[in-house]
Amino acid sequence: MSIIVRNVTKTFGRFTALRDVDLDVESGELLALLGPSGSGKTTLLRIISGLETPDTGTVILHGEDATAMNPRDRRVGFVFQHYALFRHMTVFENVAFGLRVCPRKHRPSKQAIREKVFELLRLVQLDTFWGRYPAQLSGGQRQRVALARVLAVQPKVLLLDEPFGALDAKVRKELRRWLRRLHDEIHVTSVFVTHDQEEALEVADRVVITNEGRIEQVGTPEEVYNHPANPFVYNFLGDVNLFHGRVHNGQAFIVAPHETAPPSDVPEGAPEAQVFVRPHLLEIVTQPTGPNCIRARITHINPAGPFVKVELATEWGAHLQANVSQERYRELALQKDMHVFVIPREMRAFVNGTDSSPERL
Amino acid sequence: MHAAGNPAGTTTAPDRLRRKTSEPVWVRWLLTSVALVFLGLFLFVPLVAVFVNAFSEGAKTYWAAIRDPETLGAVKLTLLTAGIAVPLNILFGVAAAWAIAKFDFVGKNVLVTLIDLPFTVSPVISGVVFVLLFGAQGLFGPWLSEHDIRIIFAVPGIVLATVFVTFPFVARELIPLMEAQGKDDEEAALALGAGGWQTFLRITLPNIRWGLLYGVILCTARALGEFGAVSVVSGHVRGRTITMPLHVEILYNEYSFAAAFAVASLLALISVVTLALKKLAEWKVRMDLQRNELLLLNEEDARET
Repeated sequence: MSIIVRNVTKTFGRFTALRDVDLDVESGELLALLGPSGSGKTTLLRIISGLETPDTGTVILHGEDATAMNPRDRRVGFVFQHYALFRHMTVFENVAFGLRVCPRKHRPSKQAIREKVFELLRLVQLDTFWGRYPAQLSGGQRQRVALARVLAVQPKVLLLDEPFGALDAKVRKELRRWLRRLHDEIHVTSVFVTHDQEEALEVADRVVITNEGRIEQVGTPEEVYNHPANPFVYNFLGDVNLFHGRVHNGQAFIVAPHETAPPSDVPEGAPEAQVFVRPHLLEIVTQPTGPNCIRARITHINPAGPFVKVELATEWGAHLQANVSQERYRELALQKDMHVFVIPREMRAFVNGTDSSPERL
Repeated sequence: MHAAGNPAGTTTAPDRLRRKTSEPVWVRWLLTSVALVFLGLFLFVPLVAVFVNAFSEGAKTYWAAIRDPETLGAVKLTLLTAGIAVPLNILFGVAAAWAIAKFDFVGKNVLVTLIDLPFTVSPVISGVVFVLLFGAQGLFGPWLSEHDIRIIFAVPGIVLATVFVTFPFVARELIPLMEAQGKDDEEAALALGAGGWQTFLRITLPNIRWGLLYGVILCTARALGEFGAVSVVSGHVRGRTITMPLHVEILYNEYSFAAAFAVASLLALISVVTLALKKLAEWKVRMDLQRNELLLLNEEDARET
């Protein structure tokens, strides 16, 4: 185990950033800390790096208690959200910094520093930019310089705070694939913070979902996406439609909130459930095909993109979103204000916030 | 571009735009004239008067006044005072700004307020405070006279008063600059294995160098020219505790006007040089900030494209 975090709590004034957090990061894995802003993910990263001290709890790095250790002794590379490149130094000097400030007895020779810096600049594909200043680089290039700079000190752990947050969508996608390839190449234990679920699910070996200072779920991208532990995780990992439901005989039934008479087979007082359906699992039909259909009116259609986003309003006033294929959209000739029926193809119900396993309607 | 510089008399789009967004011509002229007349009367005329009066009895008298041993003594003492006060205030100012901008601690607000104290207190009062503390009848007076240490009516008093009066300059200049720069750079250096001192020398100092120079220039100018506080603690011991501003006063009171203005012209010259240096430093600070902005702008560009 590369990083072990135990019972870490951190407060800033009256704000609690982390509440009794435990986390294990295995050697060589690429882990994503995913959560909304203010969920404590950056604080956790800074505590692992030593830039922040936890109020309580311990941080163990490579079997050694590092809680009271100075950041410079932790062998941890930290890449800042805004890169924090030294603006008065060239790319070369930035990357060489960590080597030049080494204690004299460990410091490599000038020639060795030179070779190491150019080796790293080649790795991040910036060797021809060695003489430039940070102001003369694009965002993506700066990010790569920041990465080369921390790799120069051969960290045992690489921590990246919102590594692609300040980049545009296209560069972002390129750079995250590049980071994945780089990680496969150098295999250094890495933890990165993001609020973009697509980024986390695509790049990471495992994803840690944080919310309000707690860890909601830890798992592979497949696990957290297909088996979310609670409504928060399900909600956070993609667009959702929420229905109110009642559970009876291990089955969840959607009910309208002010429906006077629930379906006859749901007894009064059955436990309430939150029922979620992803937009692409909500089918639209023009004629009712069975008891599972929900009457709805189309309020908005956005046909731009790989699928058509259809917004609907149910009779009881709830708003739904359904994603249908371009083909299906043309076939049904959907239009605004049209009355249609929606059929949930796959639902997930949570009773009192816990998973009650998906049930068919 | 000026409207009068357009021979065809046609108005270009920017001109039309400007006409709509700015005051009528006569208002602009009036305001500019008032400002210029004011500047001329209160700044330029006195400056010229200093030099005219200094040379009113010929260049010979001017040189004689400047090469007078008492004048040279005053110059030496002034330079000595500034030479001690400015480095001390650089040390204090950088330390205070560093602490305030990069760390959170109890009493931070009190420190920030206290730094401004010398600006808000009359210099005479600063001088009197030192007399009350270190004078013969003062708080530490008996102890000091027992150990034969003279502070008031001696050079140490002058240095102390000058340090007190000039200490806000460097700190005030650096605090906003360092706060704007944040502590990411320092944290990055720390995480890369640099020690506190290395971080300061290699990262913090280069980041603030022009702002620091600006503060030092202002601090030096004030240290050379301080009159009120120094006057109170100096005791006017001829040849021993007379700084340049005090020397000007003494000469003037003795009706040696030409000599008084000659020494004053030296101070005026220092002011002009200071202004030029200040302008240069300001320009450099702006360039640094622009580079900073460029950095941010590029980031935004990258996000947009």
